[in-house]
Amino acid sequence: MTQKTIRQALHEALVHEMRRDPRVVVIGEDVSGGAGTAGGRDAAGGVLGVTKGLIGEFGEARVIDTPITESAIMGAAAGAAVTGLRPVAELMFSDFLGVCFDQIFNQAAKFRYMFGGKARTPLVIRTMIGAGRSAAAQHSQSPYHIFTSVPGLKVVVPSNAYDAKGLLIQAIRDDDPVVFCEHKLMYDLKCEVPDEAYTIPFGEANVVRDGDDVTIVALSRMVHYASEAAETLAKEGIECELIDPRTTSPLDEDTILDSVTRTGRLVIVDEATPRCSVATDIAALVADKAFGALKAPIRRVTAPHTPVPFAPGLEKLYIPDPDRIAAAVRAVHEYRR
Amino acid sequence: MTITAITMPKWGLTMTEGKVVAWLKPQGAAFASGEELLEIETSKITNVVEAESPGTLLRIVAPEGSTLPIGALLAVVAPETTPAAEIDRFVAGFVVPEPAADASAETDAPAPRDIEAAGQRLRYLELGSGGGVPVLLLHGFGADLNSWMFTQPALSDGRRTIALDLPGHGGSAKDVGRGDVDALTDAVEAALRVLDIDRVHLVGHSMGGAVAAALAARQPDRVATLTLIASAGLGPEINATFIDGFVRAARRRDVEAVLRLLVHDPALVSRAMIEDVLRYKRLDGVAAALETIAGAWFPDGRQTYDLVTALPMPVQLIWGRDDRIVPVAHAEALAARLPVHILADAGHLPHMEKSGAVNALIRRFIEG
Amino acid sequence: MQLNRESLVKAWRDMVTIRRFEERVQEEFSKGGIPGFVHLYAGQEASAVGVCANLGPRDHIASTHRGHGHSIAKGCDVTGMMLELFAKQGGLCAGKGGSMHIADLDQGMLGANGIVGGGPPLVVGAALTAKTLQSGNVAVAFIGDGASNQGTTFEAMNLAVVLRLPAIFVFENNGYGEYTGAAYAVGGHDIAGRAAGFGMPATKCDGDDFFAVNEAAREAVERARAGGGPSAIEVATCRFYGHHSGDAQLYRGKDEVRRLREDHDCLKHFRRRVTEAGLLETHELDSVDAEVATLIDQAVAAAQAAPSPDASALLTDVYVSY
Repeated sequence: MTQKTIRQALHEALVHEMRRDPRVVVIGEDVSGGAGTAGGRDAAGGVLGVTKGLIGEFGEARVIDTPITESAIMGAAAGAAVTGLRPVAELMFSDFLGVCFDQIFNQAAKFRYMFGGKARTPLVIRTMIGAGRSAAAQHSQSPYHIFTSVPGLKVVVPSNAYDAKGLLIQAIRDDDPVVFCEHKLMYDLKCEVPDEAYTIPFGEANVVRDGDDVTIVALSRMVHYASEAAETLAKEGIECELIDPRTTSPLDEDTILDSVTRTGRLVIVDEATPRCSVATDIAALVADKAFGALKAPIRRVTAPHTPVPFAPGLEKLYIPDPDRIAAAVRAVHEYRR
Repeated sequence: MTITAITMPKWGLTMTEGKVVAWLKPQGAAFASGEELLEIETSKITNVVEAESPGTLLRIVAPEGSTLPIGALLAVVAPETTPAAEIDRFVAGFVVPEPAADASAETDAPAPRDIEAAGQRLRYLELGSGGGVPVLLLHGFGADLNSWMFTQPALSDGRRTIALDLPGHGGSAKDVGRGDVDALTDAVEAALRVLDIDRVHLVGHSMGGAVAAALAARQPDRVATLTLIASAGLGPEINATFIDGFVRAARRRDVEAVLRLLVHDPALVSRAMIEDVLRYKRLDGVAAALETIAGAWFPDGRQTYDLVTALPMPVQLIWGRDDRIVPVAHAEALAARLPVHILADAGHLPHMEKSGAVNALIRRFIEG
Repeated sequence: MQLNRESLVKAWRDMVTIRRFEERVQEEFSKGGIPGFVHLYAGQEASAVGVCANLGPRDHIASTHRGHGHSIAKGCDVTGMMLELFAKQGGLCAGKGGSMHIADLDQGMLGANGIVGGGPPLVVGAALTAKTLQSGNVAVAFIGDGASNQGTTFEAMNLAVVLRLPAIFVFENNGYGEYTGAAYAVGGHDIAGRAAGFGMPATKCDGDDFFAVNEAAREAVERARAGGGPSAIEVATCRFYGHHSGDAQLYRGKDEVRRLREDHDCLKHFRRRVTEAGLLETHELDSVDAEVATLIDQAVAAAQAAPSPDASALLTDVYVSY
């Protein structure tokens, strides 16, 4: 076992599965890059290098560079999945779902139901989420809540390299369409990752930290900010239980409800906008199913109901941070009826 | 006048720090060898530190609740008559080693290595050196070399100690072939060849005990002593709920439920221990390996192998009184023929639950 | 290529089956037996059957919202289809898809589609599967003149050319997208020309003439199977009913539909052609007609008798596992 980055972990997962199953293909814009240029293939390997080098081992037939054509990529991947391939399609920035949502939302997600249970659509859509690079309003969003709201889709939001590898392999072996959301600021984050292939089941949260005072549920990059906040709070004598759901669809409701039943206090941290979001959904879940256990109002720490700003100072204000999380936890912890 | 330090122990490869949960002896108290001094919690496990030799706990340095790196000074042991100023000087002069998170420390730390033995990859951890007959530690079903984290360091004075991951387990290859006692014993035999170990003390737990016994029967001349802890192979009964549950468990809750069957005190089953089992079970090939082994060893919820036989080397049995996996009756039935040590307040993992006592029993046995 | 007797009988059977199926669906819909709404294919039979006569069960097609004809031509079970339209248990999609999502993956039918332009990208995917697995199969997108204006169709054609996929884009130009004329909505009035602009062979043919469609499709399918990449065919055709069943068709000219039925009925065209050429006898065609009439009667009776989906079906078939 060695320390690996999320980028390496994802790359390894793709290599394992492409070696294991000839039906697995990677398709998208610049997944190798350089097609039709003097420089030649593998000029990019995805904009952040996850798929670099795959074409050397697996060739053009399985590492498929496409034009900039998100609708056709998603539709082709859906059509290929339902006819016998297991495509890993790259939707470079999740913001681009706007130009291809029909193929995900009306086609891939609904085949199985519309066709009376006959279809299997083993499709993985890898896509980047997250603010923090001054990439502004059309390259910085975290719209996993939109995918989460679609019956028929599964949605993965890994927060570390170990989970990223196991969840991507699970996604590729899964027979349903999976949207796999990678936070663009976390590709270099390292942790221990086995060299072997392994799978992490969907719908099983990771309990990052045990605590009896306040439950924090955090997603994707926010897990790390919440962890920082929990460290600070521990020094103040507030012990937080930190839950990383890992997948928002399916959602591990039991782990969240069990924890809140014990702590009675809940803070949810989500980088997405707050209306109809995963944070709001979890708040509703707990209000619905664990109302009696609550000792304080549920607090959500999220982005504001605005587009992602460009100016670094504004963007910093937009993204939840450890101070805001800690403040929310303190407020919830101190609350008395 | 000797002043000695009690320091933060290192249990397992990933431990970098530990928390002093409670002092079980007050400052100033005298203690005998084997008495429990304090309880330490790591991210993986909570365990008790036992006295290696008699002494007086003259100064407690690390208060309860403090979290300290490996090697940090926890307490000072010295004769009662030692002047306070001398203790002060000892404490002030004590150098806390760099935490293991530091890159250089990590490089120095012993790490498991892989060998190719009989055509398959096997992982092992080696500690210790010297002329003593080496010790080989064989874990049980579903476990790995880390289950010897409290045992191996205590046996590594003046001798090599090898903790092996059996085929299908830990970092070893997941192809177990037939997965039966012969297949596993073949692998262990091959590992000894590659590691150039001629004569050996064998210590086996549960299924690893049966493998050790099978090896001892095959090559009695090479085996100096045989210590069987809660061993398989000594009777037909086995807790099928545990075996089936362990093979099937894929989620945290299920794993926790089956691990609790292993121990006397369920508090020993930490979230990190559960996570380690989950991480192992998620690896490709593990489910098939466990099913194959369970099918070969425990079909229909009964043990297949009866390895009770007259062996020429000294053999001892160590068992937890509250073992819910392999009944303690298997040990009691042999008490007339062999030294049998049954430990109170221990379940199927006496080497973890009562590590001090088990370590002392093994040490005494192999040192003859 | 000369079609043999057996192929001709099959083509006739398929075209008649589509016609009678659609006429009967119109009738049953008017009586209230079929929920939702249906888009009828009558008048366009030569297109679906002319193309699908070149395909095997492992080739794929994707259809439009006007999908019954393509389904029948591709080999879907007529009784299963009727049960589906009646929203009954035992329907091709277990009563969960209906007319607009009728599909049978076992027959290579990737579904009618409620989204205009939804199908072409899926066909690119099916063609990608065929190319990657080197199966020798092809995939056909049926596309209306309306969907010829959708970006998804353009993207699909471009990607098929870039990846040189065994895909065929069949544009059925029936002159109307919903209630608007293609003469208004299709800029340049040349759908085949658009396809050619993406760099693929594109032809036009007369949708009244089964033989013309069949020949154009044969060339395209052979090219695709041989690794020659995608092709497009624009079929000039006509729809005998409105956009959907019950459409008042205020946009149609006086006597337009009557004239179409008289002068542009592909079934009449086929019957005349094969009998005049002595390829089939009238009594042979008549006996097929009788068999089809019985088949449709039986399908409707079965659909009327079948139970509605059980309440438990609401929650199943969303995921393979969840």
